[in-house]
Amino acid sequence: MINDATTIFKRPESLSETVTHYCPGCTHGIIHRMVAESLDELNLRERAVGVAPVGCSVFIYNYFNCDFMEAPHGRAPALATGFKRTRPDMICFTYQGDGDLASIGMGEIVHAANRGEKITVIFVNNAIYGMTGGQMAPTTMPGQKTTTSPFGRDTNLAGYPIRMAELLATLRTPSFIARCSTQTPMHIVAAKKIIKKAFRLQKEEKCFSLVEVLSTCPTNWGITPCDATQWIIDNMEPYYKLGVLKDPEKGEG
Amino acid sequence: MAKKLMKGNEAIGEAAVCAGALNYFAYPITPQSEVAEYLCWRLPEVGGAFVQAESEVAVGNMLFGAACSGKRVFTTSSSPGISLMQEAISYMAGAHLPVVLINIMRGGPGLGGILPAQSDYFQATKGGGHGDYRTLVLAPASVQEAVDLTILAFDLADKYRNPVMIIGDAMIGQMMESVEFPEKYREQNDPAESDWALNGAKGRESRILKSLYLDPEKLDENSFMLANKYDMMKKDEIRYELYNISEKNRLLVVSYGTMSRVIQTAIDEIGEEEGISVGLMRPITLYPFPGQQLYDEAVKPNIEKVLSIEMSVGQMVEDVERFVRGKKPVEFSGRTGGIVPTPDDVKGYIRKSLGIEK
Ligand SMILES: Cc1ncc(C[n+]2csc(CCOP(=O)(O)OP(=O)(O)O)c2C)c(N)n1
Ligand code: SF4
Repeated sequence: MINDATTIFKRPESLSETVTHYCPGCTHGIIHRMVAESLDELNLRERAVGVAPVGCSVFIYNYFNCDFMEAPHGRAPALATGFKRTRPDMICFTYQGDGDLASIGMGEIVHAANRGEKITVIFVNNAIYGMTGGQMAPTTMPGQKTTTSPFGRDTNLAGYPIRMAELLATLRTPSFIARCSTQTPMHIVAAKKIIKKAFRLQKEEKCFSLVEVLSTCPTNWGITPCDATQWIIDNMEPYYKLGVLKDPEKGEG
Repeated sequence: MAKKLMKGNEAIGEAAVCAGALNYFAYPITPQSEVAEYLCWRLPEVGGAFVQAESEVAVGNMLFGAACSGKRVFTTSSSPGISLMQEAISYMAGAHLPVVLINIMRGGPGLGGILPAQSDYFQATKGGGHGDYRTLVLAPASVQEAVDLTILAFDLADKYRNPVMIIGDAMIGQMMESVEFPEKYREQNDPAESDWALNGAKGRESRILKSLYLDPEKLDENSFMLANKYDMMKKDEIRYELYNISEKNRLLVVSYGTMSRVIQTAIDEIGEEEGISVGLMRPITLYPFPGQQLYDEAVKPNIEKVLSIEMSVGQMVEDVERFVRGKKPVEFSGRTGGIVPTPDDVKGYIRKSLGIEK
């Protein structure tokens, strides 16, 4: 009955066949796939331009079948601004880690959101600097041990983790801001819907959109992949609440 | 086209429009904020884009993103602002992107002052940011030349896919002079025609504009690809002007930008009044520097010394020394901090250099 077989699951066209360099249990790969599926489903691949960050996902352009530029650390929203203003007919997205977006790139993301740039930002929050070997990030949890906070993040010295989605949702300019997660298939299904909506809003030339995705870094958290998903549930999710924080389609823009 | 009386900063803005460069990103800083004040209404008239960025760090990176489109993009700023763009300039050079940066220099270091200076010669010609790269650097001496070189800068940026910088001092920006623009305004580059720009992976492989090469062989290759471009520039793009060169010259002065105009006056006066003959070489491209041409002038038997006169504490003089290769004594004179030496000051420098008492 092989002739009647129908494909119900395949690699999105927007993803290339290159094997990723991500560690076992890292959810960067899942997030890549959700972005790629969204581009495919909205028929955007051929006019999409991605902006790669500096961080573990710097090689994202090797895994996608669309055009890419590679930003200096933290500056992706400024590159996306420049590109999108010059080519408003194209689709432009950034993909950034938490060190990239919430630390060195804080200025660029706040102002791009505030200007209402019609770009989409995928913000991967894994509460640590992955690429450089596990240093403390602005999103590192209180008490969390990293290579630069070996006794745990001391909130007296380092303050509390920055909730980027909430911070950006305070801006008056209309935008779509949401937080989702990757720890269970159910979360992934929900996250995919949100990411797709973020791209749809750009396609419809509506507004700035940012999706914060809670992500694992078993390597630098020093735990197994399974424990890492549980660690998100136990430690990150209570602090980084999931949901849509701002939605122009619900009058919350 | 009829001549117009225009302030340098506004003329530079119009020159960019004339060159089909309609994508402009900037952050206010004296003494060049008039460029943004002009282009913020002029660009929308011609379908261009202007973003007042949150910082010069952002400006540099907006240029980077915009340059990836294949359209012509540029900024104007002044010394401290240009410092903040250096990371992005390095990345753009590494990724082979055309971009034009115009630095209307003020005195430094630090916050410095807001008056004319030429303190950014090193920064402009020796790299500025990190890594093995160069920017092509042009130095206008009048408002008309600022217009002409702005138009040329975009052609050179596209030709070499490399950052091109114009350095002018505050006088170039603030002075009003009569200028003429070409009759014909250029259309914007069509991104669809580009064989390198990010215009959508439709019916072709995806394109990546990047500067990261973890494989040392590849990084070495990219760096020497850049070096080859600089060699081509050295062969084809050197520009300079000579003034009052004759066998009677005792001294060869080297000077660029508006400083060279003061020197022309001083050369005329000291020749007429005191019978001292001085020649001037004015580099128009500061990188690539007209080094061989300077050498050829300097070694002429009548030349006793070479004198670099700058509005700095002495920066270009190091290149002058390098290219004169010890064949003649090289000296420096100048002021900085916003002080523009007068023709009388320059005559004093000339006499001092030649050991003439007055
Ligand atoms: C200007 C600059 N400073 C520092 C670095 C070093 N650096 C590279 S990646 C990185 C942090 C990446 O962490 P994050 O953004 O959280 O991404 P992840 O690797 O966790 O995905 C740092 C500090 C750099 N490349 N450039
Ligand atoms: S270091 Fe962390 S973020 Fe980077 S690939 Fe490994 S698990 Fe993922």
